[in-house]
Amino acid sequence: MAEKQIPVRAGIKSRRIKVDNLTRVEGEGSLLIDVQGGELRELKLKIFEPPRFFEALLKGRALGEAPDITARICGICPVAYMMSAVHAMERALGVTVSDPIRQLRRLLYCGEWIESHVLHIFMLHAPDFLGYDDVIGMARDHGERVKSALAMKKAGNEIIRVLGGREVHPINVKVGGFYKLPEKAALTALLDPLKHGRDTARDTVLWASSLDFPELTRQYEFVALQHPDEYPMNDGRIVSSRGLDIQQTEFPDHFEEIHLPHSNALHAVRKEHRSAYFVGPMARYQLSRDQLSEETRALAKEAGFLRDVNNPFESIVVRALETHYAFDEAIRLIEQYEVDGASSVPAPARKARGVAATEAPRGLLFHQYDVDERGLITRANIVPPTSQNQFTIEEDLHDLVSANLELPQDLLTARCEQAIRNYDPCISCATHFLKLDIRRD
Amino acid sequence: MNKPSLAVFKFASCDGCQLSLLDCEDELLKVAELVEIANFPEASRRILPGPYDIALVEGSITTEHDEERIQEIREGSRILISIGACATAGGIQALRNYADVDQMVRAVYPQPSYIDTLATSTPISRHVKVDYELHGCPINKYQLLEVLLAFTAGRRPQVSNDSVCMECKAAGNVCVMVAQGEHCLGPITHAGCGALCPSFDRGCFGCYGVKEQADVESLFVFLRDQRGMTTQQAVALVQSFNADAPELKVIASDRKWGRRREDRPE
Ligand code: SF4
Ligand code: SF4
Ligand code: SF4
Repeated sequence: MAEKQIPVRAGIKSRRIKVDNLTRVEGEGSLLIDVQGGELRELKLKIFEPPRFFEALLKGRALGEAPDITARICGICPVAYMMSAVHAMERALGVTVSDPIRQLRRLLYCGEWIESHVLHIFMLHAPDFLGYDDVIGMARDHGERVKSALAMKKAGNEIIRVLGGREVHPINVKVGGFYKLPEKAALTALLDPLKHGRDTARDTVLWASSLDFPELTRQYEFVALQHPDEYPMNDGRIVSSRGLDIQQTEFPDHFEEIHLPHSNALHAVRKEHRSAYFVGPMARYQLSRDQLSEETRALAKEAGFLRDVNNPFESIVVRALETHYAFDEAIRLIEQYEVDGASSVPAPARKARGVAATEAPRGLLFHQYDVDERGLITRANIVPPTSQNQFTIEEDLHDLVSANLELPQDLLTARCEQAIRNYDPCISCATHFLKLDIRRD
Repeated sequence: MNKPSLAVFKFASCDGCQLSLLDCEDELLKVAELVEIANFPEASRRILPGPYDIALVEGSITTEHDEERIQEIREGSRILISIGACATAGGIQALRNYADVDQMVRAVYPQPSYIDTLATSTPISRHVKVDYELHGCPINKYQLLEVLLAFTAGRRPQVSNDSVCMECKAAGNVCVMVAQGEHCLGPITHAGCGALCPSFDRGCFGCYGVKEQADVESLFVFLRDQRGMTTQQAVALVQSFNADAPELKVIASDRKWGRRREDRPE
């Protein structure tokens, strides 16, 4: 996408930072910062991922196809899309799944949290903290750490492979349950690598907590699911750190998306004050850290992180803590799993609306579908986490740049990129939805 | 000898195919020894200038800018390999090729003028010469490794030309189409996944794309006449993740099997 030239006044305090191709984010974006006369004049995070019109192409498709089709919005968190889709459809059809199916879905989500968080911590984010271009450069000096990280990632991916058939776009998830239930033995074979992974995750938390965090503390409105019995993944009410507490169906009443010309992604805002909000690991941690396992909480305490986290650079530690928890939870779920009952419950079509939000690794992922009596989708609406965080990312950058105007250009640029990567932005997700919101008929 | 340089380019896609490279947990560091990762923006800040020995291209062409970009990439690459259903057959987003996207965007989108998009999603081979196509949504990471190894060694990749059905029989699966009455596209779908869906009691939905010289018509007649599928259902089943595959165009444009966009209801 062509960049408009903005005239820059000469002078020591005027500068322009342009990062044309943001690297180590999933998808493509660019950043434009314009400082004039010692003041930040303009800051734009642009997304130029071409729209793929998912909500439009879902129209007329069978409701059972929603999990497989929406998975293709993002290859990094396909399970999240599948989970939001099946829950939304099951609510539309008035279907309740059995407890073993519910537990297996949580296990599948653990696999994705592990795979996605480890990918982000080591391959995308850690090189920023340690001053490398990429994980391969980092592996030259930190070979063991990178190797053990890859083993953790593999352990997470193995859950998805055994339960889902393959790591990217698993094929075993369906509305009503699974196509086939796994054998107990296939799951217990995962226990050793998972226990090993949990140990590595422990090291990762302690290591991450010792990194140098650039200064940036902001007061966010954190938004995440919250559940009385568990750390949120597939289920719960939508709550915020400023007192919002609503049912999932009320999401459209409290959040809206606005379309700005500089970005191919919609920006989500809180409807009440058109303000930014924050979804993702830090939001979940802020609102539900009491629900983490005892071991994970003890580890957080040891690392000095059993507290509010308001510096987005520290998100790498929170992601590591969630990784530790996901290992712990996966082990618990596998140990208690018994093959029991049918692999799915029947889900006959009816005309209805279904809504679901689940916790993707990057935060709240909202799906809403209208389906007709033939079982066809008549309307779809999807709000991914990255579009919800985009305003917050811009506000972070604004504060960061304003406070660091004296930094040399290359350092400030690197710092900005790192700040964007704090959110693990999945730009493919954020732009799928230019096509959302089919207000026709 | 210098290591061959590798570049990874993205067009309209979900990143899942290039992620397969990072999902090679056991092989990643070895791959990095074999090739110079010169331009892989999702994995590295370091971008070395071209030309490149091998370019992996993910995603389909959906904007005017991308139509130009793929030409430049072709000029700057010795070997160009398209990876995945988006790059080889337009991807799920190519369903727009059968609908009136323009009208839809105008009717729905709050600020349609901000949107930069073509009416079609087309495979890379529609725009430039492609040296090799690897199918799948997503591709199989072991096939990707084989393709990379083969091209760095200057030989043809050994990737099966069979159908999913052949893999399914080799795996000793019970046929879900016969035994469970599932709809299965195994007979017309590229091999590569190891007949994953039938081994999970599910019919193949064709994510590896239609195989060359597949007998699509016979399967269609079977699904319609023996399984009671309506033409619309059968077309939808085949027209999904590889929507712009040429074999499917024939179906879609043939009034017997499907309808062109002008004929569609709504
Ligand atoms: S082919 Fe499938 S997995 Fe690959 S980029 Fe396209 S949508 Fe993603
Ligand atoms: S299940 Fe499908 S792929 Fe397997 S043999 Fe039957 S038709 Fe072929
Ligand atoms: S849909 Fe067909 S090609 Fe794709 S994974 Fe399933 S069996 Fe393999």
